[in-house]
Amino acid sequence: MPEKTAVDSQNSKVADTPVPATVEPETGNGTGKARSLWSDAWHDLRRSPLFLASSLLIVMLVTMAVFPSLFADGSPTEADLANNYLKPPNWSHIMQPDWFGYDIQGRSVWTRMVYGARASILVGVLVTLIVTAVGSVLGMLAGYFGGIWDTLLSRLTDIFFGIPFLLGAMVILTTFDKRTVWVVILAISFLGWTTIARVARGAVISVKQADYVVAAKALGASTSRILLRHILPNALAPIIVVATISLGGYIGAEATLSFLGVGLSEPVVSWGVDVSRGFQSIRNAPYVLIMPSVLVSITVLSFLMFGDAVRNALDPKLR
Amino acid sequence: MGHYVARRLLQMIPVFIGSTALVFLMMYALPGDPVRALAGEQYSDPVQIAALKAELGLDQPIWLQYWDYLTGLVQGDFGRQIASGRPVADVIAEAWPVTVQLALFALVFTTVVGISLGVIAGLRPNSLRDRGLLLLTLVLVSVPSFVLGRMAQYFFAFQLDLVEPNVSLDESWTELLLPATVLGALSLAYVARLTRTSVAENLRSDYIRTAIAKGLPRRRVIGVHLLRNSMIPVVTYLGTDLGTLMAGAVVTEGIFNIHGIGNLVFDALGHREGSTVVGVVSLIVVVYLICSLLVDLLYAVLDPRIRYA
Amino acid sequence: MTLIDEAPMSPYQGDDPDSGEPLLEVRDLHVEFHTRDGVAKAVNGVNYSVKAGETLAVLGESGSGKSVTAQAIMGILDMPPGRITKGEILFRGQDMLKMSDEERRKLRGARIAMIFQDALSSLNPVYSVGYQLGEMFRVHLGLSKKDAKAKAIEMMDRVKIPAAAARVNDYPHQFSGGMRQRIMIAMALSLEPDLIIADEPTTALDVTVQAQVMDLLAELQREYHMGLMLITHDLGVVADVADKIAVMYAGRIVERAPVHELYKRPAHPYTKGLLDSIPRLDQKGQELYAIKGLPPNLTRIPSGCAFNPRCPMAQDICRTDIPALQPVTERDGGELVGRGSACHFWKETIHG
Repeated sequence: MPEKTAVDSQNSKVADTPVPATVEPETGNGTGKARSLWSDAWHDLRRSPLFLASSLLIVMLVTMAVFPSLFADGSPTEADLANNYLKPPNWSHIMQPDWFGYDIQGRSVWTRMVYGARASILVGVLVTLIVTAVGSVLGMLAGYFGGIWDTLLSRLTDIFFGIPFLLGAMVILTTFDKRTVWVVILAISFLGWTTIARVARGAVISVKQADYVVAAKALGASTSRILLRHILPNALAPIIVVATISLGGYIGAEATLSFLGVGLSEPVVSWGVDVSRGFQSIRNAPYVLIMPSVLVSITVLSFLMFGDAVRNALDPKLR
Repeated sequence: MGHYVARRLLQMIPVFIGSTALVFLMMYALPGDPVRALAGEQYSDPVQIAALKAELGLDQPIWLQYWDYLTGLVQGDFGRQIASGRPVADVIAEAWPVTVQLALFALVFTTVVGISLGVIAGLRPNSLRDRGLLLLTLVLVSVPSFVLGRMAQYFFAFQLDLVEPNVSLDESWTELLLPATVLGALSLAYVARLTRTSVAENLRSDYIRTAIAKGLPRRRVIGVHLLRNSMIPVVTYLGTDLGTLMAGAVVTEGIFNIHGIGNLVFDALGHREGSTVVGVVSLIVVVYLICSLLVDLLYAVLDPRIRYA
Repeated sequence: MTLIDEAPMSPYQGDDPDSGEPLLEVRDLHVEFHTRDGVAKAVNGVNYSVKAGETLAVLGESGSGKSVTAQAIMGILDMPPGRITKGEILFRGQDMLKMSDEERRKLRGARIAMIFQDALSSLNPVYSVGYQLGEMFRVHLGLSKKDAKAKAIEMMDRVKIPAAAARVNDYPHQFSGGMRQRIMIAMALSLEPDLIIADEPTTALDVTVQAQVMDLLAELQREYHMGLMLITHDLGVVADVADKIAVMYAGRIVERAPVHELYKRPAHPYTKGLLDSIPRLDQKGQELYAIKGLPPNLTRIPSGCAFNPRCPMAQDICRTDIPALQPVTERDGGELVGRGSACHFWKETIHG
């Protein structure tokens, strides 16, 4: 590990800083209101077009995942022989089964897109939850207690980082004949927890050295109190930022694995599988390929934009 | 410095052993069965299967299998493929060069275009061009590699007829340009963003203020004082990127039908050829480890505050 | 090194420095910042001047606008969010705000140089100090790399850095705080500028080193006969070095005076408060005075005199009328040269 040589960090900036944005809002006449990182972030978020647009899309996608029948009639696996052989889209039939046409087996492209949302969102959200829970607990404990635990965790994350994510997931998933949503979630989580663990560890280590934690210790606060009341809230921001940004990535990972044929398999509807299948008819019916492709991208984009907005709001340095 | 390199090389050994062991475990300890995959339906006779397993050493405890594999690996023996009986080393050597070429192209593309875009945007934070870049990178990050690959294929091969949809067997380097661009797109977005953030942040630093107060021309302030400092995090990212790109080639190679290691792993997984999969992953782990060492050394060159002892 | 003595270091020939013409004159300067909380009025009509060989100390708390004024003079204000809404900054009679970027750049570093507070962050961490010093000569005078390095060593010698030739290739983090600040000073002095702006040059240093650095700066200023603008919040620093003082509060000058006059007889309650809050040996055992309250929020400067919420002498008029900076006189009306106070009750303050 590279180590920075000790550079005296006593940047005691007693003098006035040139940007008055840092001027304390409290005034002599007491009109200023105290602000915390979180209320500041919320203040920023409500005004961020990135946040508003992505939230809207996410709400829509989640509704689609929970109540697909609101958006599309019929069943995604129903192969209508009358529509067999690539009946083209009918753009005026908004949200009707024939809106985006039919695929090579006579299934409605639109209906399959709607029903595909469930697997993607489920994988994205659950992987994020599992990974954040496991990663932050392990990372925080290692960061706080240091010593052997820290060394162990660091070596373990090193090992996981060495393995390329996609290849690792492929290795795990090919051993399963029946690949349900749960198998995919566990496989991605198994390889993904280390990122959050590293972030949590780093955040805790930097918070641990902060003066207010030293002060709390000096005042005799218990370990659990320091961890829960001081370290957790202050280390939370970077963890949340990384978690929200990764969510989009996990959705993309699921789709990629399904595309490669090692992710979700029938009867689960998955966008990745549909994009993969759509290639068969690329010359006659490119929409079968393009439509689900666009939807996957929009979904990942929404979650990434959401993560970006959260990061912008929570990182005071970016202001 | 020499000590540092030696120490780092030593530290790599446990990571290498750990990573390969992990892949080995995932390959062999999970429920898949290579012999059944090889044999298919004909060999349903359990006696025959057991005999084949014994021959391949698959009936031994998993840790012993790994020990045998590792000792072989250290001597350069990657084992043999079960189905074809060919040495895995030969198979990998055949597929290796094209993937390396592909990943290097992608890396160069990523570096040159990503850094340029990042600098252009970072110099004017929150301007129109900055927001434009943000949007572009968001789109590039959002579009999964397989979608981007299929789309590129659709437009350039099927709509515009500029290229063949599949790369030919004895691929020329020009044929690799499109796949390399697709492969590098994600990294490009990261590099551009990282550069942008780093440039925008350093632009507000005290030493840039000093450089301006010294009356240096803008070119010099940016070219000399800003860029070198801003490259430090970017170099760190790029260092770990070659390994990622080689692994990411699984998708790209699949789409453009390139016979590199990505395709090799994919086929090997289908046939449960454990030694091939573990061999390829081990090599990528080595590439990753060596690149991160190189980056740390380069880091010290860029930032004199870092001293290795 | 003989080549160093051949030509005058600066290509610019200063015209008669003692003509009484100010080197620098700031007239009615206004600077605003646009922040998320609204418009922060950082500087609200500041006037002052510095002559060659003269030291002006600008005194004030955080957020008083003293550093912002200096940055506006140097042309290193962050714009946006900063904006100069009004005023002139004359250097040798020419308004720098009307100059082209290139003209201003050539003045920066060569004719007007600046010393910053925190030398560690103000020096580029990835280049050697010799490189950063030599850059002044390479860029402004077109010297070769080799000659520039020789000049850099010479400058390091001049600011009394031991073993300059051996340390020229060291990096900023390898120096102690005091030595780093000397390097900043050497860099500012390298082209023998007419005016040096020192923004809290000793705040980040240990007390023992502060005096050394301050003495060095004063000594070099005398040697080169430069104008010096010393920005500080520390009354102790200025007493020995400065000729005159301008006290700033909420972006305005509230009092100006020759340095010793100010210490003897402050004419503004704010200055008086500052002086009273210095611990003194002869008042040992008594409670130390402190100005009550906090500096004002620059987005919501109180009406009338900005100091009124904290002022022990405030009357109704102080809450409504902004006091102008008016000449301060003796009780009998006799002139006090160079004195002014922006207080409705300056008479009571100085004579009361």
